[in-house]
Amino acid sequence: MNVLKIENLKVKVNGNLILKGLNLSVNLGEIHAIMGPNGTGKSTLANVLAGKPGYEIIDGSIEFDGKNLLEMEPEERAREGLFMAFQYPIEIPGVTNANFMKTAVNEIRKFRGLEPLDAYDFLQLMREKAQLVGLDPSFLNRNVNEGFSGGEKKRNEIFQLALLDPKLAILDETDSGLDIDAIKVVANGVNALRTENRSFLIITHYQRILNYIVPDFVHIMYDGQIVTTGDKSLAYELEAKGYDWLKNGNSNKN
Amino acid sequence: MENEILKEVTESEYKYGFITQIEQEYAPKGLNEDIIRFIWEKKKEPPFMLEWRLRAFRHWQSMQEPHWAKVQYPPIDYQDIHYYAAPKKHQEKPKSLEEVDPEILKTFEKLGIPLRERERLAGVAVDAVLDSVSVATTFKEKLEELGIIFCSINEAIRNYPDLVQKYLGTVVPYTDNFFAALNSAVFSDGSFVYIPKGVRCPMELSTYFRINASETGQFERTLIIADEGSYVSYLEGCTAPIRDENQLHAAVVELIALKNAEIKYSTVQNWFPGDKQGKGGIYNFVTKRGICLGENSKISWTQVETGSAITWKYPSCILKGDNSTGEFYSIAVTNNYQQADTGTKMIHIGKNTKSRIVSKGIAAGYSNNSYRGLVQISKKAANARNFSQCDSLLLGDKCGAHTFPYIDVQNNNSIVEHEATTSKISEEIMFYCNQRGISKEDAIELIVNGFTREVLNNLPMEFAVEAQKLLAVSLEGSVG
Repeated sequence: MNVLKIENLKVKVNGNLILKGLNLSVNLGEIHAIMGPNGTGKSTLANVLAGKPGYEIIDGSIEFDGKNLLEMEPEERAREGLFMAFQYPIEIPGVTNANFMKTAVNEIRKFRGLEPLDAYDFLQLMREKAQLVGLDPSFLNRNVNEGFSGGEKKRNEIFQLALLDPKLAILDETDSGLDIDAIKVVANGVNALRTENRSFLIITHYQRILNYIVPDFVHIMYDGQIVTTGDKSLAYELEAKGYDWLKNGNSNKN
Repeated sequence: MENEILKEVTESEYKYGFITQIEQEYAPKGLNEDIIRFIWEKKKEPPFMLEWRLRAFRHWQSMQEPHWAKVQYPPIDYQDIHYYAAPKKHQEKPKSLEEVDPEILKTFEKLGIPLRERERLAGVAVDAVLDSVSVATTFKEKLEELGIIFCSINEAIRNYPDLVQKYLGTVVPYTDNFFAALNSAVFSDGSFVYIPKGVRCPMELSTYFRINASETGQFERTLIIADEGSYVSYLEGCTAPIRDENQLHAAVVELIALKNAEIKYSTVQNWFPGDKQGKGGIYNFVTKRGICLGENSKISWTQVETGSAITWKYPSCILKGDNSTGEFYSIAVTNNYQQADTGTKMIHIGKNTKSRIVSKGIAAGYSNNSYRGLVQISKKAANARNFSQCDSLLLGDKCGAHTFPYIDVQNNNSIVEHEATTSKISEEIMFYCNQRGISKEDAIELIVNGFTREVLNNLPMEFAVEAQKLLAVSLEGSVG
């Protein structure tokens, strides 16, 4: 069953066409990796899916869980079960992680027709999920991402993913800027959250995170389109040959 | 793009904007010595008050309205205002709640003000002032057992003239400023508190001010005296109906803390702020000042300012007694076309005096929000200390936040610290919250609560909850 279906998506940013007719289908429970050189539209795709303002949809459609995603506000998309781990997580001054996530979790629970969690149950849940990504519980009382190291910020994103229990999680270059130990922590978190009811879209520049998270499909994106799709071996091939291989036009593998 | 997220203007309605239909008795419009005599007669005050009022009036006539604040408004016609309005049935203050006009009781019930004894559990003693007169004071007997006097200032003038004469105008003399002089001439009611030596007031004392009549100014006067070693926590709340004219509110509050005494004064100011286009609303020109007269005394001001079209207000402390402490905690929110120029003055005179200023300004819409503060350390104030923190939060790019700190240190063994920040709820922060399922309104509430936490923590519990809700409502729809 499709959780995400993108057809002929064309998107402009500041008047420039960035996505040029992109197609992608993701079934529930699958992990898809999207790889590609810088400036090819990978993060644009993630931002369009999450509903970030400033992107002009020229053509195409996106269905999320059978609904028209493009008609939804960003918060509605989140409540429907779409999560994005940010490439550059945002600092929110004065707001603690605990307060931030309690608000988020209870908004999503409300949407799903569940009772809000009280302070005690929520704290239990937070402690449990914090362990999953190796975050010290003291971080719960710190302000959201304020004074966090790069690795802590990314782990915080995976921690939030765990708390919000989405149907589709988009990881926008979560591995960039991380050393190998931090990548392992992030990957272990993702693997622990992998279920048949959750799909992942892992956007990355490098193959190395795919040593730890095994994708069902690897897509290669170039110049605003997906140009090649394969299994995990495609990532190794790309790593070996480099992105120049694409530029030379040898990419019509399917 | 930033414009886009922020362009939507507030949709929130001022929920206290109703008008109560009660028969009012007015003084004729305008201000002259006859009007002052009229008020004095109506209030059945002793002769010393008439003299005092007339001196204040004559002095006021020699003064100019001040225009140094960063606020703008059309000229006020002081002859086009009623200086006295009272519910007709209450020429005399009712002796018990049973005598109070049911319409008035309903008004205060609508506002959530517990006037009836059955509300005893709330643990708050209330003095309610409607337009120019105090209509009810609760828990009087219980407080009297402890020797605490809590009544309308009018009753105090008649029943405790010596106490009033000793302290009235000693902290804010009528010569202090234009609005204080006006208030001294025409004030018709307000609250009076006296806490005797060594008594800790067992409940919060609260005054609720309501302007109901149209084209009427409200000029209330509050005088609080904490005798040696005593403690009192006092709350003040205020609302007004929605009217499309501007109404003048020029109050004076004087606090006196003797040796080892502590006064905690909290305000949640929610006067009608005017509509989305900036029409109507209260001009809130208030002089609030406390004096730490004795050693080791303490005065703490906490204010949450969300209402009024214009706020001009600087609750201040004169730290005269050695080792005395002054505090000022403030949240000022402006939205739409509101203007606020608020802050504090900490005047250090005694040795080892300490002051702390925490000011949080939040501006949205087309509003202007200014902090103006003075920290003055006199030659004699050896080892004085001050810490000031002034933070501003902007919602949108059509509003302004301004900080005017004045520091005047006349000795070389004191420490004065000033910190200031300005932040903005950026589009990135908003999108991050949205992506976690949090709506724009909830995101603002979350961020504003975080921003103001240090001040809210200083409010009595129930008041803090109220204030938090009020902040959310005041900013509703300020980010589109």
